[in-house]
Amino acid sequence: MSSVPASAFLALALILFCIGLYGALTKRNTVIVLISIELMLNAVNINLVTFSKYGMAPSITGQVFALFAMAVAAAEAAVGLAILMSLYRNKKTVNIDEMDQMKH
Amino acid sequence: MTLTGEFFAFMALALVAIIGGVLLLNLNKVVHMVVALIFTFVAIAGIYILLNAEFVAAVQVLIYSGAITIIMLFGIMLTKPYDDEGESASNGSKWRRILLFLGVVGFAFAVYVGIYNFPIDQVPSNLHENNTLEVGKALYSKYIIPFEFVSVLLLASLIGAIILAKREDKEGDSK
Repeated sequence: MSSVPASAFLALALILFCIGLYGALTKRNTVIVLISIELMLNAVNINLVTFSKYGMAPSITGQVFALFAMAVAAAEAAVGLAILMSLYRNKKTVNIDEMDQMKH
Repeated sequence: MTLTGEFFAFMALALVAIIGGVLLLNLNKVVHMVVALIFTFVAIAGIYILLNAEFVAAVQVLIYSGAITIIMLFGIMLTKPYDDEGESASNGSKWRRILLFLGVVGFAFAVYVGIYNFPIDQVPSNLHENNTLEVGKALYSKYIIPFEFVSVLLLASLIGAIILAKREDKEGDSK
């Protein structure tokens, strides 16, 4: 049997999620905010894969779900950066405090 | 919790992952932050291998430490980096930061109370046998419709990203 308890993996995912949450809420550069959101999605993926091994009924479903989450995260990063590009072209800044208008 | 190789591997990978995350919060230059996060992504791939998810680990290395890091570096280089994090650290923003930190710590404590001594007994699993084969079987039989929807989603986001980032022609220029 494994020597690392499931709660250790869950605690690691919790720490990474909190780092991502704090970064997403405090950083000013929009690219860094997007990256922090990716870190939070990664922490959630760790939880999914952990429960696919240590859950009540271990099965492959957790890993398949983690793969779907990765695909959605990749699409989110691409669209987020495209929005950032178009905002930067209009306002010439990536400071998230100055992006407070829906129109330019 | 006995001292085995798996335990030491977990501790080393978790340490690298958390150090990468802390460096993301504390470094000053934007490019350094992204490079620090590559450590975190690779360490998370190692964690997946510890959890018998070899295919997910390979996808993690390809997508996260490859594609997403590169696309974020492109995003940084195509925009003017805003490096001065401490420039406008006025009194109000310092208080906001402290309150946010307390809130995040409170959230972490609340969740930690929930996952501490996670009570489910370990059930023997056969995930380590032919992991990639099993993932493929599940994807192409039980989850075939979500799989096709993911391809539609990727196509839509591809077209949407191109349209959003495309430079709009000025009316006067095209004539």
